[in-house]
Amino acid sequence: MNFFKIFKNGIVKDNPIFVQLIGMCSVLAVSATVVNSFAMGLSVLAVLVASNFVVSMLRNLIPSKIRIPAFIVVIATFVTIIEMFMQAYAPAIFDALGIFLPLIVVNCAILARAEAFAYKNPVLPSIIDGLGTGIGFTLGITALGAVRELLGSGSLVGINLFPESFQPIGLFVLPPGAFIALGILIALFNVGMKKKEKQELFKADMK
Amino acid sequence: MSIMAILVSTIFVNNYVFARFLGICPFLGISNKMETAAGMGVAVTFVITLSSIITYFIQTYILDVLGLDYLQTIVFILVIASLVQFVELVVKKISPALYNALGVYLPLITTNCIVLGVAILNIKEGYNLTQTIFNGIGASIGFVLALVLISSIREKLQIADVPEALEGFPIALITAGLISIAFLGFGGLV
Repeated sequence: MNFFKIFKNGIVKDNPIFVQLIGMCSVLAVSATVVNSFAMGLSVLAVLVASNFVVSMLRNLIPSKIRIPAFIVVIATFVTIIEMFMQAYAPAIFDALGIFLPLIVVNCAILARAEAFAYKNPVLPSIIDGLGTGIGFTLGITALGAVRELLGSGSLVGINLFPESFQPIGLFVLPPGAFIALGILIALFNVGMKKKEKQELFKADMK
Repeated sequence: MSIMAILVSTIFVNNYVFARFLGICPFLGISNKMETAAGMGVAVTFVITLSSIITYFIQTYILDVLGLDYLQTIVFILVIASLVQFVELVVKKISPALYNALGVYLPLITTNCIVLGVAILNIKEGYNLTQTIFNGIGASIGFVLALVLISSIREKLQIADVPEALEGFPIALITAGLISIAFLGFGGLV
């Protein structure tokens, strides 16, 4: 299989946030600011690559009946490592992400990749798949974070972008704003994908 | 905090789905039909309450005593995964009828973040055993309430004329957002 295609599929065609809608809990919960979203995205990326790597190495040793618990143990180990790492080097972000850092264990995006890809493929493609899906996740959650921070607090990465008279829409920082902003982003993503499909169909017709 | 305050808080004010974003996956995935939503709700209530109690004892009598706090995530998720398997076996043996009704949902519960979330929050908030139990019950009732609300609306949405781009998940998310705004009205109650 083509490595570039695996990589690109994770970002666009099978984007975990916009297309598959998996791992939504952490996406909705921590995306109030760009910095938190990006930190969550990177943590998921790291766990995803590491767990895909290990699961793919062990794929011939793990009996298929107990594969799910085995995957979960592998994932939980890496999540604990990331947790300790964050606590030591980025305590502010560790506090901001709170309970959602340990909850990466049950982020179905990671388990889904272990089950659907890493358990069936050799090590190198699995790492590429982890990278692609992880970057797709990071891009998605950061985009949502940017929209919510811009609309909800009128700033980006903590820098105020508007004059003081600007009244931000506080709703977007609150929980309902997360649902609504993500709904609208997915709708826009769908519109974009449909357009691209039509263009490709048109091109195929011309040939 | 009194038991009543915990119940009102977890069901309405800080509803686990609408205010804390736990349990969103099943909430979006299977909330198309009222009946499946109810089945999932019963299964989740069962598992959350049991796992809250078990993880409480593990934390207080094993992890705290031995100073193994950093193993919390791994231990809790293993406990939940095996508990789900165990519940599945027991229900299958004791009541085949209940198993047929819940069977499909049970394996899904392991990766439902509300179960692990409640277990971790109980420890974080320093609840005692009674508070832990009622926090678990409140969380499940709140979850069932959210599932039933959204699934009954989504049943109607299926026959509604929705713009093409919003069909499916986007409109479900926006609906959830609107319900969540309604839940903001409970703010300050506790």
